Amino acid sequence: MTGMRGLSVFISDIRNCQNKEAERLRVDKELGNIRTCFKNEKVLTPYKKKKYVWKMLYIHMLGYDVDFGHMEAVSLISAPKYPEKQVGYIVTSCLLNENHDFLKLAINTVRNDIIGRNETFQCLALTLVGNIGGRDFAESLAPDVQKLLISSSCRPLVRKKAALCLLRLFRKNPDAINVDGWADRMTQLLDERDLGVLTSSTSLLVALVSNNHEAYSSCLPKCVKILERLARNQDVPQEYTYYGIPSPWLQVKAMRALQYFPTIEDPSTRKSLFEVLQRILMGTDVVKNVNKNNASHAVLFEALSLVIHLDAEKEMMSQCVALLGKFISVREPNIRYLGLENMTRMLMVTDVQDVIKKHQSQIITSLKDPDISIRRRALDLLYGMCDVSNAKDIVEELLQYLSTAEFSMREELSLKAAILAEKFAPDLSWYVDVILQLIDKAGDFVSDDIWFRVVQFVTNNEDLQPYAASKAREYLDKIAIHETMVKVSAYILGEYGHLLARQPGCSASELFSILHEKLPTVSTPTIPILLSTYAKLLMHTQPRDPELEKKVWAVFKKYESCIDVEIQQRAVEYFELSKKGAAFMDVLAEMPKFPERQSSLIKKAEVVEDTADQSAIKLRAQQQPSNALVLADPQPVSGAPPPLKIPSEPQSVARTISQPNGTSSNIDPQAPSPDLLSDLLGPLAIEAPPGVVSTEQHGPTGTEGVPDEVDGSAIVPVGEQTNNVEVIGNIAERFHALCLKDSGVLYEDPYIQIGIKAEWRGHHGRLVLFLGNKSTNPLTSVQALILPPAHLKLELSPVPDTIPPRAQVQSPLEVMNIRPSRDVAVLDFSYKLGTIVVGAKLRIPAVLNKFLQPLQLTSEEFFPQWRALSGPPLKLQEVVRGVRPLALPEMANLFNSFRVTICPGLDPNPNNLVASTTFYSETTGAMLCLARIETDPADRTQLRMTVGSGDPTLTFELKEFIKEQLIAIPMGSRALVPAAAAPPPPVAQPPSPAALADDPGAMLAGLL
Amino acid sequence: MIHFVLLVSRQGKVRLTKWYSPYTQKERSKVIRELSGVILNRGPKLCNFVEWRGYKVVYKRYASLYFCMCIDAEDNELEVLEIIHHYVEILDRYFGSVCELDLIFHFHKAYYILDELLIAGELQESSKKTVARIISAQDQMVEAAKEEAGSISYIIAQTT
Repeated sequence: MTGMRGLSVFISDIRNCQNKEAERLRVDKELGNIRTCFKNEKVLTPYKKKKYVWKMLYIHMLGYDVDFGHMEAVSLISAPKYPEKQVGYIVTSCLLNENHDFLKLAINTVRNDIIGRNETFQCLALTLVGNIGGRDFAESLAPDVQKLLISSSCRPLVRKKAALCLLRLFRKNPDAINVDGWADRMTQLLDERDLGVLTSSTSLLVALVSNNHEAYSSCLPKCVKILERLARNQDVPQEYTYYGIPSPWLQVKAMRALQYFPTIEDPSTRKSLFEVLQRILMGTDVVKNVNKNNASHAVLFEALSLVIHLDAEKEMMSQCVALLGKFISVREPNIRYLGLENMTRMLMVTDVQDVIKKHQSQIITSLKDPDISIRRRALDLLYGMCDVSNAKDIVEELLQYLSTAEFSMREELSLKAAILAEKFAPDLSWYVDVILQLIDKAGDFVSDDIWFRVVQFVTNNEDLQPYAASKAREYLDKIAIHETMVKVSAYILGEYGHLLARQPGCSASELFSILHEKLPTVSTPTIPILLSTYAKLLMHTQPRDPELEKKVWAVFKKYESCIDVEIQQRAVEYFELSKKGAAFMDVLAEMPKFPERQSSLIKKAEVVEDTADQSAIKLRAQQQPSNALVLADPQPVSGAPPPLKIPSEPQSVARTISQPNGTSSNIDPQAPSPDLLSDLLGPLAIEAPPGVVSTEQHGPTGTEGVPDEVDGSAIVPVGEQTNNVEVIGNIAERFHALCLKDSGVLYEDPYIQIGIKAEWRGHHGRLVLFLGNKSTNPLTSVQALILPPAHLKLELSPVPDTIPPRAQVQSPLEVMNIRPSRDVAVLDFSYKLGTIVVGAKLRIPAVLNKFLQPLQLTSEEFFPQWRALSGPPLKLQEVVRGVRPLALPEMANLFNSFRVTICPGLDPNPNNLVASTTFYSETTGAMLCLARIETDPADRTQLRMTVGSGDPTLTFELKEFIKEQLIAIPMGSRALVPAAAAPPPPVAQPPSPAALADDPGAMLAGLL
Repeated sequence: MIHFVLLVSRQGKVRLTKWYSPYTQKERSKVIRELSGVILNRGPKLCNFVEWRGYKVVYKRYASLYFCMCIDAEDNELEVLEIIHHYVEILDRYFGSVCELDLIFHFHKAYYILDELLIAGELQESSKKTVARIISAQDQMVEAAKEEAGSISYIIAQTT
């Protein structure tokens, strides 16, 4: 900048400003000055123009809006001389982003520079396009850039820039580069000797294979070659070694590219790769020099990922686990962080969970680390590795950590602790302890769902009631307790306080006075709960206690004229009822057992917004449930006689119950609302007659045809498990994989393997089940029964009663789709081997997307259809949060994988995706479906989605389906290839009911 | 990929920003504000990674300056950490033990060098020597143009 005195003076002035205000004044003055110059001076000298645009960039960097002068910056690009051109290019690429209209003006100039003869101009232009080029650039420049990259006359300087420029254009429009023969060119490019060009080309390859690995399969051996060359340090110029390591970056990229290929089939390539990996795993030592250490560990961690991805032989895997075990105990924070992160990934691998558990105490130490990044990783890992055997220790650690955790982590922490406690509780009293402690320590972060759930368990388990009541009583002795604690203890003591009557301090009047002490401190929504509790205490006091009656009536009297209608109504009604003697007893009798239902917590876990990609919370939601914590009554209550008779008189009361949140609800006494709140807090208990299931919870489609057990919980009763063999692989994972492909294994245990192969045409499908007996004894009493959802017509050919040793039988299954629904058919399958009876309920992958046909529309076809769908119910929009962050091309791949075709180029905003597909069913016929996804580049965990079709049910179902896919993408493997998913941990149970919250089929399967 | 590069001083002054993903001016300011808050408040001896809005930010402090790069959550953190160091080494070689003042008054140089190191948020060149060669060739071209501009024949050409 020698000679550009004005700029240096300006920078000094800014530096000398005493405060922000002075700086702003100085900046405003300068902006005014520049604006006048641009306006008044017809012909600015190149020097002045340069000076001014540099100042603009500086001001922009300081964070001020520079909303003029873009034209001047862009015009410098077309200057004939290098110094001006260079400034024009660099300032433009910093000031503007790809969506600025001014950029369009420059396309021609930029193109001329790219195809021109001047090498330095080519470099400038390629850099600009590589950094801020958008869709327009991709469409007009991709062929020119491709030519430069493969040109034999261009110097490496230009070609490496062309490679990355092309990568950018590919990200903006994958079609611009997917031309015939490009894969061959890519393969040749990987033979490049210049390591700068090779590094850039490998980056390009990573993007290409992530999109379509099949097309680039010929590049696979080349990547292995590159790794061999680098690992053996053959032919690597000195300047391309970094602290003695042959280009660590190139090594990492080559290994990253390999992770997008599902497997490596060629044995010799595989062998060479494993040699290299072995060398990296064994040969990386910790050294003094930080940079050398970082670089070698960057390579090592990438190698670990690749080994995990390839699901290598056991020996290498145990080396990896050993290494990770070492890493999580080192002092160096970076290595420890990455050790924890990769160990969480490792959880997806079969057979290593037990080894990981050995490191539990070490991981817990990291939960107390001063560094929040490390604590987050430790929390995720603990959450992921928790099971029945270690739940007690882990949850207690989490509770301890809760007291010291920063606020930003408490909510996540309490939710995770509550979920683990529910899923893996060794006994029920422990579960109650945990939740009460949770409320005590972090009441503000404990959502209502959590305390509702504990009340449900207590209500349904008689053994637990005295314990819970005495615990609740203990907490009331504390001086300051959280309002949630008041709610839960009031509720429990109202119901079960009388069980404690003989203990000191627990008489009805004592309970009343200690609860009543809390009343002045609580907010309005809690008062109705307290009033109900008072009424119940009164009812339980036999013989009547006139003293207590007087006190309680005084309270009811006081609230008779309360402004809050809910409180007023309760006060009036309880007052009247409490004078009715026997009727009072009936009305306020103990709450009946809750119908079982899926834990709302686990549902919540699936949508919880999580900042970390590797969060194990979703992984956890997909894992098997505990069988330790059960509702005592596994049968749907509808089968039992209603425990309560409603006397005719108070029925009017029943009709007018309001919900405690203040909104009046019209509860039909014949069918209680499925809303948890009203179940829990409604003062009266009314039992539903058998078979009546409210559908209001289940969205527009309802759950027609699904037996009412779906409303029951999916929690598995202890001891009722017929399934006492070890299942190989994770059933839920297998199911998910089969949802995206048409053949594979549905179920496997030591004796049988069930494979599936499917063909789909329109709304018809033909599946074949392959039942293979793996053992040397016959499998007898083989039964396979299909439980079809209402929307599918299924016909399974009979399965033979016996499968001979080592034999396979086939059984075709015809499927016809009647209407759109996400419900899933279930295969109820069982067999006997000697005395062992094995049974499983397996979801059949005849899911919504199987009845889709990919369809790509042009903008002329798309927009009229899109506009024709005016709004709900045909076109629905929803903001989805908690989405797993995905780069746009990856998201596009995901959509294509379930046959919703992305139509590139239709949406002018590059952050959006537009997609189309055809759905087939008997009632809808072939029906066009359209979708638009708007992503937020600043926060990729959320997006807005709009889905439309000619059928409201279809629109809704498809929207929900897409949402499920975006939220619950199986994690742990980078490639989106289902086959590449790392094998899941062995589970001894049917698939988790939590895997698909709204999937009745899944719950059915879980009910086993 | 690297979504953006950010150089901030310990006092929270921005010394360089480079955006490889489209952010509006408003988003840029917000990101800088949020991240400086997070990173400047981190104590010493912690790890060099911060999890932020579904992304990861890899940062390293050199004297009074924090170099930050935002990457995807599944990217290789250590690789990016060494890209930062690689950049610092190149700056150091170019300026001759670089300090914050060099980057303030010659911020354009920092941008030129960064453009030779990264394109599209990916590493372009891992040889320090090659980058140094390219930058000095650029400097020479600018010098040559200036000499030409100062020559009498050029002045005559401009006036006629």
